[in-house]
Amino acid sequence: MGDPRIAAVRAVLDGVPDPEIPVVTVVDLGIVRDIRFDGDRLVVTITPTYTGCPATKVIEDAIRDALTDAGYTDFAVETTLSPPWTTDWLSERGREKLREFGIAPPVGSAATKRALFGDAPTVPCPRCRSEQTTCVSEFGSTPCKAHYRCDACGEPFDYFKCL
Amino acid sequence: MATPTSTDARIVALLRLADDALILGHRLSEWCGHGPILEQDIALTNHALDLIGRARALYTYAGELEGAGHDEDWFAYRRDAIHFHNALLVEQPNGDFAQTIARQFFYDRYAQLYYHALTESPDERLAAIAAKSLKEIDYHVRFSSEWVIRLGDGTDESKTRMQRGIDELWRYTGELFAMDELDRAAIERGFAVDAAPLHDAWNTAVDAVLAEATLTRPEDGWMADGGRAGRHTEHLGFILADLQFLQRAYPDATW
Ligand SMILES: [Zn+2]
Repeated sequence: MGDPRIAAVRAVLDGVPDPEIPVVTVVDLGIVRDIRFDGDRLVVTITPTYTGCPATKVIEDAIRDALTDAGYTDFAVETTLSPPWTTDWLSERGREKLREFGIAPPVGSAATKRALFGDAPTVPCPRCRSEQTTCVSEFGSTPCKAHYRCDACGEPFDYFKCL
Repeated sequence: MATPTSTDARIVALLRLADDALILGHRLSEWCGHGPILEQDIALTNHALDLIGRARALYTYAGELEGAGHDEDWFAYRRDAIHFHNALLVEQPNGDFAQTIARQFFYDRYAQLYYHALTESPDERLAAIAAKSLKEIDYHVRFSSEWVIRLGDGTDESKTRMQRGIDELWRYTGELFAMDELDRAAIERGFAVDAAPLHDAWNTAVDAVLAEATLTRPEDGWMADGGRAGRHTEHLGFILADLQFLQRAYPDATW
């Protein structure tokens, strides 16, 4: 982990924004699963958030562009499905940035919270922090988000749902 | 063109799962811009994305195992209806919103049980696809089950429509749990699970939701089948005419 080459790559990737939520980077989202060197060849492993997420290909291309711009020539971007992506991998910094952007970050841990029938989490409003909020739809503007409404301040907002 | 029908049980098993996901995903995508309200329009197209994403992962794997140079697009766009392995349920028309919900409810409850069992597959890659899919399916199950209850235990109009959707599609649910020789061969190689024992759990879950929705469970009677073997209802051809038009008209088109 102390390899300065890997730290340098991580720094480059941490400059790659998510195409749909550009306030967070692909590192914040936990999409980057592994950075390693096979000899001189750099291998970056990423995982999709949702199987059908249309941003996955865009993210892969953006990572390639960023690495090329940073001077890397011998590299591969690989995709893995295992272990499956979870919102538990969202960084603390990422959660804070989401909140500032107006998207409520996931509540609790996905590992302990199965999507139980009829069980909806209490999601504080990212604008006024009220917990008087209503889930309008569990399927929002992108696969990773649900649609909520704040009953206190009236704000409609996205909730980055637990997965 | 290479033979479109594989005799490799592993590949057939992957295509059965993938074709279910692609065709149901396509059906749901037909709702885009036609949902009863904006939120549900978005919800149905979200489901479609998940399903098509799942199909892509499975087709890609099937193509790699087959080793004939077929990618996900080839499986989606270049096969005729007789070479599709999806269950008849998923190709049935959208009908009204209630019928779409009934179809989704029956499929989601089956998929949740099936993919859960598939996460135990000794094949790591398939187990990974199953684990990934299962997380999404859990959300789908909640959505379709809640709508069955809301419509069933709703107004006279919504109840009538929900009951009709359940009754219309019931005959297509048996096929989901029927097993044939290819399934059994696939099970031995870790590419399928025995669906027959899952039928009881499915019945229990479905009965509980129907009861809460104050709907009547249909009588178990004659069940349609044939989809797994490529014998489809007339609807699949129309789906493929739409889905495959561009690649049929301009083979290998890219942009
Ligand atoms: Zn508020």
